Amino acid sequence: MNHTLTEQFPPLSKHEALVEANRCLYCYDAPCTQVCPTHIDIPKFIKKIATGNMLGSATTILSSNLLGATCARVCPVQELCEGACVLGSEHKPITIGRLQRHAMDYAYHRDTPIFHAGEPTGKRIAVIGAGPAGLSCAGELARLGHDVTIFEKRDLPGGLSTYGIIVLREPVDVALAEADMIRKLGVHIETGVEVGRDVTVEHLQKNFDAVFLSVGLGVTPALGIPGEEHIHDGLDYISHSKLRPELLTPVSHVLVIGAGNTAIDCATVAKRLGSERVTMIYRRTELDMTAYPHEYSFVKNEGVGFEFSAAPVRVVTEDGTVTGLECVRTRLAPHPEPVVGTEFILPAGQIIKAIGQQRPAIATLFGLETERGLIRVNSEMETSMAGIYAGGDCIRIKGAASTVMAVQDGKLAASAIHNKVVAHG
Amino acid sequence: MADLSINFAGIKSPNPFWLASAPPANSGAQVHRAFEAGWGGAVWKTIGPPVLNVSNRYGAWNYGANRMLAINNVELISDRPLETNLREIRDVKRAWPGRAVVVSAMVESKAEAWQTIVRQIEDTGADGIELNYGCPHGMSERGMGSAVGQVPEYCERITGWVTGIAKIPVIVKLTPNITNIVVPAQAALRGGAHALSLINTLNSIVSLDLDTLELVPSIGGKGGHGGYAGPAVKPIALNMLAALGTDATVRASGKPISGMGGIGTWQDAAEFLLLGAGSLQVCTAAMHYGFRIIEDLCDGLSNWMDSKGFANIDAVRGHSLHRVSDFQNFDLSFRAVARIDNALCIKCNLCYVACNDTAHQCIDLIEATSAARPQPAVREQDCVGCRLCYNVCPVAGCIAMVQEPSGRSSVTWAEVAAGEPAVTEDWEAMQRYREAHGIHIH
Repeated sequence: MNHTLTEQFPPLSKHEALVEANRCLYCYDAPCTQVCPTHIDIPKFIKKIATGNMLGSATTILSSNLLGATCARVCPVQELCEGACVLGSEHKPITIGRLQRHAMDYAYHRDTPIFHAGEPTGKRIAVIGAGPAGLSCAGELARLGHDVTIFEKRDLPGGLSTYGIIVLREPVDVALAEADMIRKLGVHIETGVEVGRDVTVEHLQKNFDAVFLSVGLGVTPALGIPGEEHIHDGLDYISHSKLRPELLTPVSHVLVIGAGNTAIDCATVAKRLGSERVTMIYRRTELDMTAYPHEYSFVKNEGVGFEFSAAPVRVVTEDGTVTGLECVRTRLAPHPEPVVGTEFILPAGQIIKAIGQQRPAIATLFGLETERGLIRVNSEMETSMAGIYAGGDCIRIKGAASTVMAVQDGKLAASAIHNKVVAHG
Repeated sequence: MADLSINFAGIKSPNPFWLASAPPANSGAQVHRAFEAGWGGAVWKTIGPPVLNVSNRYGAWNYGANRMLAINNVELISDRPLETNLREIRDVKRAWPGRAVVVSAMVESKAEAWQTIVRQIEDTGADGIELNYGCPHGMSERGMGSAVGQVPEYCERITGWVTGIAKIPVIVKLTPNITNIVVPAQAALRGGAHALSLINTLNSIVSLDLDTLELVPSIGGKGGHGGYAGPAVKPIALNMLAALGTDATVRASGKPISGMGGIGTWQDAAEFLLLGAGSLQVCTAAMHYGFRIIEDLCDGLSNWMDSKGFANIDAVRGHSLHRVSDFQNFDLSFRAVARIDNALCIKCNLCYVACNDTAHQCIDLIEATSAARPQPAVREQDCVGCRLCYNVCPVAGCIAMVQEPSGRSSVTWAEVAAGEPAVTEDWEAMQRYREAHGIHIH
């Protein structure tokens, strides 16, 4: 089987999980729990694995984080729980992510749901976008008895978990099973429905007691260089690798423009598809990369090369076929500026760009206050418009966005929405 | 290189490690292999009257990811024909004249039966006889094993029958399933025993299967108490060994003691020797890892003896017995406090929660000014020196129990009771005593 399409880590065997769970010291006021954005009681769920209480372990995780299965796979654990583990001082932190996956696999294979819908409150909540923030918010609200409908513009729920996380880290069926768990809590997930096109803002405001916006980010911006029509979009490239792998074929020379986590994922997929040479192009230096250090070292191990301090100038084609990319050297002053006369051509059969995403358009649609194009919310996750809440990547004005932060946003918003709609009778 | 050889009541072996009377010493082939691996001796699995065994004989106590911290068994004495055992014992002894071959025996409580088996054993050329007064299961229901060991009069009488005719040393193996181990030990000595050995296995039910709700091990749906052995029983064995080693009558007899019960490493062995064992018997560790463990048992013991300047086993034997005492003789003014090495501390804060929830509330978590984890710190003036934090700390050397002057002169409870008896009887007198001596209990 093509190893692009399989998960990188196998599940822990029961014995591996037992040994690892017993290695956990069961710290008091454990640092892993403190740094987890969703504050999963990590020593508690690990202790329960050690005692064979798998139901209790899975329940502990899901009580804090309904998307525990996705987070077990995609969380930057080196930066969070595992990075904080006190056993890091002996260079062997507990593999918390893989233990969490072990407990989540138990929940996945269990026939009966762990959580159920709460007593109906008669309140209706709309959630826009079925990504991690939306699913988390919807699930928490359903547990509290609210009638929740998610409107998702794509064909499948799960957001980036389904479309944007490479299979190496999370297979599609894990993301879809998670959405299914939320559906079983009574949440209606309407896919192929876009707000502004199929549903009006007025309709939402009229028919729902509150709205939660979890739309993520927009499309990849244009580079504005000649021949851009020949450049593939990184997110599309990844979604094809997950859902339509037959569309991807190995190309001998692949260039990836960008050096963030998505760019690294694109390079990984290209390499694993069998491309001989994959090179990432970044207009700043190695020190300025936004990718996590562990992702950078991972992709170097995959055999991906780098061109730092280089910016694309134009796509080189012959008879309508891509043959290369002309780049120019840059210097930081402090922003990257091209150095005249340093142009050079990198041979390429395929060029992919992963240079971030544009701001979401929904803020304009609702007329919400924004900051740097992202939706501004208060500590209750409420936007400038009463009753309209938001969370996930579309509000991440500062710092790196991640799935686990989106899940926490959804959880906090659900709590705020619940308090407000219940208080208002 | 330390000399590991021993002469135990006249039984000589090149090192103190003998296979205990148990499944590892069930046949000539096994004992041959054990001797090839380097074992100093073997106590043959108990021979005696005809028996039949059952399936699912061994249970185990597993803890966390660790397997077999103890084993429990309902296996009986040897179920191989007596003649076969006697022939193989003879063959092994002939092949290995320099190793100790001791034969464990158990027969019904009749002088004739015991005297017959003694002669049969002596005919093999074996070096000694061990009387099995210990087995807590099966045989005891037939009036043998611990049924004898638990009644000092039987113990003395049967030992007398055997020692009355035996020409080779007789070791009496004691059961730990008794209130005071000294009583049957003294009885055995009155019966003329040349040596003692302890401990046999403890009565136990090792666990229940939470799916089937049956006992473990399940013998066709039933289970019952079985003999418990392995690393988990070592502290019990050490205590009983010390009880014999500090008993005036046992000491005066000069009879050696073969120690066993949870010996798996050379460290365990050294501890048994320090508390007076003259030979060491091993079963569970061999059942877990095979006969090859003898290499490190000898090598580790020898290296440790060299590092401590012990030239031979006799030099180690009983070296720490003079430190065994009773509470009433402990120095009430000795003061130790816990001290945490902040450089080694990984801030798991297990010491904090243990002290705060279950001990004496003298460790604080000091909030760091930055994003760092709070650091546990001992309030030494309030520390009673209970040593719980030291025990729970997962980092070697991080918490030390440091001796601190108490400001009081040494005194024992026995001295207080003799000098000021009211203090031991009346809380008000105790309060005055504490105030007079500056003893604060928070």
